[in-house]
Amino acid sequence: MLVHSRKGRWALWAVFAVLFLPVFALPLAVIVMASFAGHWSGAFPSAFTGEHYEAATRGESLDALTTSLLTALGASLIALAAGTWAALAASRLGKGGRRVVDALFMLPVAVPSVVVGLALLVAFSKPPVILNGTSTLVVLAHAVLVTAFAYQSVSAAVRRLDPAYEQAAASLGARPAYVLWRVKLPLLLPSLTAAAGLCFALSMGELSATVMLYPPDWTPLPVRIYAATDRGAAFTGAALAVVLMAATLLVLFAVSRVRTRASYR
Amino acid sequence: MPAFVWALPPLALLGLVFLYPLALVVQQSVRPDSGGTSLQPYADVFGSAAFRDALGTTVWLAVGATVGCLVLGFTLALVIAFVPFPGGKAVARFIDVFLSFPSFLVTLALLFVYGTKGMANGLWTDATGSTGDGPFQFLTTPWGVLLAEITYFTPFVMRPLLAAFSQLDTAQLEVASSLGARPARIVRRVILPEALPALAAGGSLVLVMCLNEFGIVLFTGAKGVTTLPTLVYGKAMLESDYPAACVVAVVNIAISVGLYGLYRVVSRRAGA
Repeated sequence: MLVHSRKGRWALWAVFAVLFLPVFALPLAVIVMASFAGHWSGAFPSAFTGEHYEAATRGESLDALTTSLLTALGASLIALAAGTWAALAASRLGKGGRRVVDALFMLPVAVPSVVVGLALLVAFSKPPVILNGTSTLVVLAHAVLVTAFAYQSVSAAVRRLDPAYEQAAASLGARPAYVLWRVKLPLLLPSLTAAAGLCFALSMGELSATVMLYPPDWTPLPVRIYAATDRGAAFTGAALAVVLMAATLLVLFAVSRVRTRASYR
Repeated sequence: MPAFVWALPPLALLGLVFLYPLALVVQQSVRPDSGGTSLQPYADVFGSAAFRDALGTTVWLAVGATVGCLVLGFTLALVIAFVPFPGGKAVARFIDVFLSFPSFLVTLALLFVYGTKGMANGLWTDATGSTGDGPFQFLTTPWGVLLAEITYFTPFVMRPLLAAFSQLDTAQLEVASSLGARPARIVRRVILPEALPALAAGGSLVLVMCLNEFGIVLFTGAKGVTTLPTLVYGKAMLESDYPAACVVAVVNIAISVGLYGLYRVVSRRAGA
């Protein structure tokens, strides 16, 4: 306890509320409010209506949600597989080798996402592999962007893993593949699910690389939100944003349930 | 089989879908449309006022937002950690949730709060009865981007700070306090030195992310605010000038990756 007087504490809490509420809570509340607004010209919205949600959950907007969910699922699976493999392989390397793999796999975090989009566009618009204008390229871009987070989270868990388990299994005659499948991966399951949730959430909200690459028939939700606000339909944009946040939170919640069960095993 | 063989498949995959495309961007940046290999695209881009403006805007916005995030994040984390209040845990969890949302949502929200027809201007016109536009018109200027970036990136500073504060031995604070140190002095002499590594790590991460931020600037819809990432987008998508887009991309990569290397060194020192 830093401040002992009751008055001082209340003053600090007031400062905290004044800083925290308008900066962090207000934006989310305002988006939810706007998504129900039929009209907003004074201080508060009026003529509340559910029609923006009707528009946001049918036709092209529903397609956008499905597109986002499928893209996030594909990208997370690729990222999880590649990130886990790389983290496990890196843990067996020497110090120098591990540092190189670390640096290479964390590099996509430092490179601007727009540039990742541009690079994939430049690379796959010409032979030998032409993916220009396909959904594959969008999934690939998302996978490149989120793999770093999967790698980081899994390699931190691998470092904390007690080597006694695999040594015991190996000393009892288990082959390396069996040790990996029956001992190491189950022990890593909690951090794997955490990484999956993180990758999924990041991919759901990805905009920068996507605007460089998306074909008209594979429009993810963030692009759709931008298109709606850009043409002046801000309330529809807000409803779409609420759908995006709700979908992300639902998946994160489901993943954290799996994680709790995994860590009690 | 030696251990490094197992590291080859993921590295090959990364090379194919990330490193090779990046190399092509660098290659394209020295290949003007007229053919051949020359540094002419660089000369053209560096000579243009649009690029110099974008570079300046990007750097001052990123530095300003980082300073803002550090000050705001340090203050908020200080209250959560050392002047605990009921609901503090919920606030910390709310911040985690905030981190999983995309950045452009903040700009979208600010449009409703400070936009021309937004809440703040509505309150103003209701209160004064005037019929003209309200006084809050900063949203389409760099200040609007700055506000959005500070809002979105402050949690990235708070998380490592809260982790560092939770490891701080509170006995130190009690001792300093019982020896007569006032709270401001305790913060300056005891807490701040302990928090410096976390501040440095969080600050440099936020600096890199601000330099690379795209969604916030795009959603602001301001033609007056151009940063390096939006310039890349504009050159490639709107003008179809790929060599120029690649030149801007190379500059952006150089700045961000350089700073990111610095962040890795700092955060390794901090043990984060």
